[in-house]
Amino acid sequence: MSTISEIPKEEYITTCTAACAGCSSSLSLRYVLKAAGPDTVLVVPACCTSVIQGMYPNTSFNVPVYNIAFAAAAACASGMSKAFRSAGKKTNVIVYAGDGGTVDIGIQALSGAFERGTDFLYICYDNEAYGNTGMQRSGATPLGAVTTTTPAGKTETKKDLDQIVAAHNPPYMATACSAYPLDLYKKVKKALSIEGPKFIHILAPCPPGWRYNSDKTIEVGKLAVKTGSWVLYEREYGKLTVSGPSRTALKKPHPIEEYIRAQGRFKKATPEIIAELQQSIEKNLARIKKEEEGIC
Amino acid sequence: MRERLALSRPKKGACGLTGSWRVFRPVVDREKCNQCGICEIHCPDAVIDEELNIDLDFCKGCGICANVCPKKAITMVREER
Ligand SMILES: Cc1ncc(C[n+]2csc(CCOP(=O)(O)OP(=O)(O)O)c2C)c(N)n1
Ligand code: SF4
Ligand code: SF4
Ligand code: SF4
Ligand SMILES: [Mg+2]
Repeated sequence: MSTISEIPKEEYITTCTAACAGCSSSLSLRYVLKAAGPDTVLVVPACCTSVIQGMYPNTSFNVPVYNIAFAAAAACASGMSKAFRSAGKKTNVIVYAGDGGTVDIGIQALSGAFERGTDFLYICYDNEAYGNTGMQRSGATPLGAVTTTTPAGKTETKKDLDQIVAAHNPPYMATACSAYPLDLYKKVKKALSIEGPKFIHILAPCPPGWRYNSDKTIEVGKLAVKTGSWVLYEREYGKLTVSGPSRTALKKPHPIEEYIRAQGRFKKATPEIIAELQQSIEKNLARIKKEEEGIC
Repeated sequence: MRERLALSRPKKGACGLTGSWRVFRPVVDREKCNQCGICEIHCPDAVIDEELNIDLDFCKGCGICANVCPKKAITMVREER
């Protein structure tokens, strides 16, 4: 794993964004930009990240940002990357999009860009709801979670975005979590060193949306990983490697209750829902173990 | 021509003095602190500098730094205002 001393001191987010106190998507973006450096353009569809920049004519982001319509982020990045490469420039083109803008609304543009082999990095920061408009459920909201449009808890399971992306056989894809910023930094660095379409899916706990106190942002992210609810891995040219922090969870995950009890959004989850969540974790961990061992 | 483009420019304080949001203020106990830098790494708003000074004009008082500090060297103290 990367050590603290490797991380550049430069900040590309000027104090301060308008993000909520304890926002882990802003923490993640801090490390994405440290890894990418100044020769970077961000493409941002409608989401918290488009709002927290500040108001025209000022911005708190110190790299060029192209704010684009919801469904068009990956398409915009595709054209932008082509234009840079045609001009002989190596500028990093990074989409930084929410789960609603990725799992639901932007998925066809994402699929198209990956199929075309665009040289760019698509990052989905996943706060598991439409945060910016008041926490409506998205395809990425987990089973049992209360949102403003699922007041009794969501009755459907979380859409498996990573399996959909994997079906495009990208040269690099990874999962990350804001609670492990050095792991995220290393993955962004690696992704940007590879040519072609790259994908990183960051689990980004959100204090108002997940209903926990802002000081618990790192704790909640670590519980997601320790319980195996979120597995950190990289898949390079099809070869899967589980990342350090998820190794223990793969052997012996903490019970899901530890993660669920830390958040108010699961307060209506019945024992049956909790058992279903636990089962899906076990199934997922078994699948990942097999894939890593090369069995499937 | 440039003037007519809707371009925003980076500016410190683009979203105002976010420190005014704070209900609790982080206070570092230098005696207990071992300079590990873990608080600085995890601050979402990067308002802790290398010498571990916290920029109170912008610190939102989220409490993450106090929560991650292995030495329990940061206390969140209620603002009096
Ligand atoms: C086509 C269109 N539909 C709806 C909206 C309103 N809208 C703006 S941001 C947003 C939620 C985005 O959710 P997500 O992508 O998960 O990002 P988050 O806000 O959670 O960061 C919505 C519904 C819009 N801007 N454009
Ligand atoms: S709603 Fe959540 S993701 Fe959006 S700015 Fe606030 S903490 Fe961050
Ligand atoms: S985390 Fe605690 S011990 Fe480490 S540098 Fe910060 S205040 Fe000091
Ligand atoms: S309270 Fe939050 S914003 Fe303030 S220094 Fe600590 S981590 Fe940063
Ligand atoms: Mg979201």
